[in-house]
Amino acid sequence: MDYVIEMVDITKKFPGVIANDKVNFKLKKGEIHALLGENGAGKSTLMSVLFGLYQPDGGKIKVYGEEVKINNPNDANELNIGMVHQHFKLVHNFTVAENIVLGMEDTKNGFISMKDSIKKINDLSKKYGLKVEANSIIEDISVGMQQRVEILKMLYRDADILIFDEPTAVLTPQEIEELMDIMRQFAKEGKSIVLITHKLREIKAVAERCTVLRKGKYIDTVEVKDTSMEEMAEMMVGRKVLFDIEKQENEINDTILTVEKLNVRDLINNKLLVKDVSFEVKEGEILAVAGIEGNGQTQLVEAITGLRKIDSGKVWFKDKDITHAPVREKTLQGIAHIPEDRHKYGLVLDFTLEENLILQDYFKPQFQNYGFLNFPEIHKHAEELIENYDIRSGKGRLTLTRSISGGNQQKAIIARELSRDNSLVIAVQPTRGLDVGAIEYIRKSLLQKRKENKAVLLLSLELDDVMNLADRIVVMYEGEIVANVMAEDTNENKLGLYMAGSKRGDGYEKN
Amino acid sequence: MKKIINNLFKSCKALLNKLFTKIKTAKKKTLLITIIAILIFISVWLWDNPTFYFLTRITLYSSIPLMVVALGGMFSERSGVVNIALEGMMLMGAFVGLFIMYILQGKGYNGQHIFLLSIFIGGIVGAVYAILHAYASINMKANQIISGTALNLFAPALAIFLARFFTGTQQLNFSDPFRIKRMGFLSDIPVIGKILFTNVYLSTYIGIVILLVSAIILYRTRFGLRLRACGEHPQAADAAGVNVYKIRYAGVIISGFLAGIGGVVLIVATTTTFNANVSGYGFLALAVLISGQWRPGRVVIVALLFGFLLKISDAVTLIPLLDNLRLPSNVYSMLPYIATLFVLAFTSKKSQAPRAAGEPYDAGKR
Repeated sequence: MDYVIEMVDITKKFPGVIANDKVNFKLKKGEIHALLGENGAGKSTLMSVLFGLYQPDGGKIKVYGEEVKINNPNDANELNIGMVHQHFKLVHNFTVAENIVLGMEDTKNGFISMKDSIKKINDLSKKYGLKVEANSIIEDISVGMQQRVEILKMLYRDADILIFDEPTAVLTPQEIEELMDIMRQFAKEGKSIVLITHKLREIKAVAERCTVLRKGKYIDTVEVKDTSMEEMAEMMVGRKVLFDIEKQENEINDTILTVEKLNVRDLINNKLLVKDVSFEVKEGEILAVAGIEGNGQTQLVEAITGLRKIDSGKVWFKDKDITHAPVREKTLQGIAHIPEDRHKYGLVLDFTLEENLILQDYFKPQFQNYGFLNFPEIHKHAEELIENYDIRSGKGRLTLTRSISGGNQQKAIIARELSRDNSLVIAVQPTRGLDVGAIEYIRKSLLQKRKENKAVLLLSLELDDVMNLADRIVVMYEGEIVANVMAEDTNENKLGLYMAGSKRGDGYEKN
Repeated sequence: MKKIINNLFKSCKALLNKLFTKIKTAKKKTLLITIIAILIFISVWLWDNPTFYFLTRITLYSSIPLMVVALGGMFSERSGVVNIALEGMMLMGAFVGLFIMYILQGKGYNGQHIFLLSIFIGGIVGAVYAILHAYASINMKANQIISGTALNLFAPALAIFLARFFTGTQQLNFSDPFRIKRMGFLSDIPVIGKILFTNVYLSTYIGIVILLVSAIILYRTRFGLRLRACGEHPQAADAAGVNVYKIRYAGVIISGFLAGIGGVVLIVATTTTFNANVSGYGFLALAVLISGQWRPGRVVIVALLFGFLLKISDAVTLIPLLDNLRLPSNVYSMLPYIATLFVLAFTSKKSQAPRAAGEPYDAGKR
């Protein structure tokens, strides 16, 4: 009876996929146990089953040695199981305190009474160093504080078994350190912790044991201190993985893209989302825009690519002013765009692969004649790209795009964008949600473009992407550029300070 | 020519922008004081003017049902279910409520308790009719607009069929002894006495009570907090142990109850025959709800404004200033609808609709 949680042969099916296939998972009291796997390996599903969000199709769950059925999160709460979800489950226009008490509100004569609740929240917040302001509205506070609210939500419910689902994805390196300290403190008090992640370094830093899942299947549970990162990576992916890609010296030439004092406003509340941003991207260089999610990077790129209205400022492409040029003109002049949301802006999911591959070119004489599509050409074009870019799908060029995997969808976009004659590639979070193999491929393609003397503007929330690819890095904080540094002169810690807004680079001092 | 129009357009836009920013930057307190000052000024100026009181009275007759129905819509949409079936729910409530009244009056019963009974039965029928919408949109995860449209189309047909089946004609006639002429000393209070305590229906007070209770429920109770959470982020509510389906059922049923009440109250206060329609008040209530930004406080103000615009055409001949313009009365009848278009066009951009409204909630979906 050493284990607080035993999950035996858990199976969970979704239409078309088996997310968990007879998975076993055992959690000891007072340990930090990592759950490792690639995106889509079934880690979150397994923990959602434990938290009562999904019902398993097979297998059993034991808590403190007793077999239980967890039908909903209420049952989980009663078993003292709490979970911090990857996408926070917070109501944006409620206060911090309202979010924490939701579901177990104190009432007095039928009316909600917050006084005792707020006191309890403040006590917990002091005890664990989880700084929050109980009366702030969620949408006004930082992502880091939102996560602390989620943690307090578990503690408020007296949870002893804490599940953290990819908690570090939205944090700066410094905040990650703090979070790990807090997790160690929990473990010391006898709470048991599950850390869902695909980052090996974090596992090494904080976890004692590690369970690996791959494609919905249980692989193994290992002692972290006896296992190297390479071994864990191999278990996770199923083959040996290259950690760092070779990046060669490259010659940097003429300026391709110039952004001058760009300002972008939120149409709804008129706030400035991008403030006086200026930078240049040159031939043969990869410029990365780093920052924590929601600091204006997305809006900056949307403004440059034409998806969002520019309030003031100028954008120059080579020698042309393209500030207000329509999207098609921008693509025709040679800007390739790998958009952030590949389902929304990158592909028409209910089109076939070949149709998606000509979305940017269907109007060119090559593909149409007096408005009628030239199918033989389209077929040929699709087969060429599928061959060259190794896009794997069930029925080749006629596959419905919706039915192919995320990595191959991304490859399709990359094939379409990079095969056109471009001098600038704008890539927004190109590796998001992809497995290690696809990430490797995408990084290589971007480096290839750099070698061909093209300019690359990369926006990524993954510091790994930024550090591995960029020649130069600009950091955005609250819509402003706070640093513009050469990649070799910086490291993740320094970037973290810029990203958190606690430090500014040379030439970007606060005025 | 094009340039001139362009310039004109630009300057108009600039002017409007200026105006808006001014209103926005003005502090809440100053705004409140100005409004109160204007109200005092108007009451002093018009305190003995019978036309003014006639206008406030008939404004209340249509504002109260509009407000009650809009508050109903608020409960549904704040729980995450879009309710365009308000019109149909009003109609069903009004039909059965008035049918009861028609029968009882035929048997010689009369008096306020008949009115109260009709209101209550109207509410119950509205709530029952709303269960159909709840079942379709919560259990069956149907498109809520289509479910609402179906209920709107079904309601008048059913009402006409039943009316003909039971009475032989589709019109229900009833008498209206429910208007209270005076309420003792209360009617002697200057200004307010004449607006609120002379020639009123009990339903006015019911409406005010519903408003206060709704606001308290929404903002001060456990149910209200959970209701709002379900409308904004049902996954969050679910993870916190709130049963989203139950809360949404409650929201939709309350909205049917209030819509049914609104239907009876509207018909009694504005006419003495019921002909299987509520003249689009359900849709206007929806406009009131949206313009009122899903908040009780604003819903009242918009409901009063819309009620006033709806009734101004009845009072035109009594207001010399407007009568002298010699505009066809149709112009005034158009006012509420034009106002709706304008208000919606200007507020839609900043609209703070409940984020999850219209989305079926599926706990098992990933």
